Amino acid sequence: MLTKRIIACLDVHAGRVVKGVQFVDIIDAGDPAELAARHAREGADEIVLLDITATHEGRATLLDTVRRAAKELFVPFCVGGGIRTARDAEQVFDAGADKVSVNSAAIADPALITAIGSSFGAQAVVVAIDARRDPAAADPIRDAQVLVQGGRKVTGRRVVEWAREAEQRGAGEILLTSMDADGTRAGFDCELTAAVSQAVSIPVIASGGAGTVAHFTDVFIRGKADAALAASIFHFGVTSSRALKAELARAGIPVRLPC
Amino acid sequence: MRVTVIDYKAGNLTSVLKALRHLGAEPIVTDSDLALVTAAERIVLPGVGHFQATERLDRTGLTGAIRAAVARSVPFLGICVGMQWLFAGSTEAPQQPGLAAFPESCTRFPERHEKVPHVGWNSLDVRPASRLLAGVAPGAFVYFTHSYKASVTADTAAVTTYIEPFAAAVERANLFGVQFHPEKSGDTGLKILRNFLAVPAEAAC
Repeated sequence: MLTKRIIACLDVHAGRVVKGVQFVDIIDAGDPAELAARHAREGADEIVLLDITATHEGRATLLDTVRRAAKELFVPFCVGGGIRTARDAEQVFDAGADKVSVNSAAIADPALITAIGSSFGAQAVVVAIDARRDPAAADPIRDAQVLVQGGRKVTGRRVVEWAREAEQRGAGEILLTSMDADGTRAGFDCELTAAVSQAVSIPVIASGGAGTVAHFTDVFIRGKADAALAASIFHFGVTSSRALKAELARAGIPVRLPC
Repeated sequence: MRVTVIDYKAGNLTSVLKALRHLGAEPIVTDSDLALVTAAERIVLPGVGHFQATERLDRTGLTGAIRAAVARSVPFLGICVGMQWLFAGSTEAPQQPGLAAFPESCTRFPERHEKVPHVGWNSLDVRPASRLLAGVAPGAFVYFTHSYKASVTADTAAVTTYIEPFAAAVERANLFGVQFHPEKSGDTGLKILRNFLAVPAEAAC
């Protein structure tokens, strides 16, 4: 049976994994290569590395980080942050990533999705969408807004529509982050996740708002998510992806166990 | 141990090369050098993407070189589209022939309410006689990402079910194929690659 994926996410700044609450109080949490290997060992089904520096100077550091992290990693490995061109993507793939995640750059130039997909396959292109419900709209969920620049800038695009367009342009997966839920630890936005998941045929990875194991159960059942991002697993009262998955299995969610 | 890895410009080879090196093999990549195929001790045909990309194998003469190599019992492993290429073809690119070592054609998953592509970790039901999957625990999980698949036949080495049962692995004499990505399937995947590297070259019958 196809299982629901638990994806460990590492936010990387200047070559180090950082943890922070909404980009303040950022603390050093370790070496990306070591942490990626540890997450894989502890049962994560996939690793996402997001470069939150994404500056021009930071690119060389990022590629080196990706290279080191990929070296001994034998689960799917996705890298995002600052990928603006097919050439940027190519460098990240050459360094050992299996997938790239594109966000603002895909909004600015949707043809980028097709360009990367035609060279590396649709399965290698994850379109990340930062979403916020639109309370003023007739349907706040279907008409949820796409934001960029870390949720600071409204793009005028609607989430469900953009997810469909991304799929048509050759995206392999959608990484959906609810900006309303992000950082709240009050649960994923299951309604929004379900709306996107039902609108596309490609997998949807839910992100933002997890605070308990029950939130994951919820986003897999009600939210119809195919995968969920666990940004800081230790906040959920469990010690590892394996422990999280054991609890999910008890709740009847199909997960990769043993792992 | 030297392994000739075929590059037909369909996606990224990095992960496959990394896994082979991790297991102590020495991968040699070629996108057109037929001599490297003729002299190959072992061949891996990776692949993600569209079946049409295998047209490059015909154009470069690699198809003929691979056909000759497998005829003299060189162990061959096709991954994902590389496995599908062992079949007569795929409805993904009906004009493009495969190697036709297996007579069937690959087809798209039927449209039901489940999503297509099939992406993620799914379990293997391994047939007992498989050499490629020897020692793989019953129900072990491996990572898939594909929309087309081969049907279950006598040459199927492992069955996975998504929408319907399909061939997750095929095996006959020196020919092996896996629909999943062993290079991305953790310890289970590494074990499968290790089994392939251990297949004796003269085992073909």
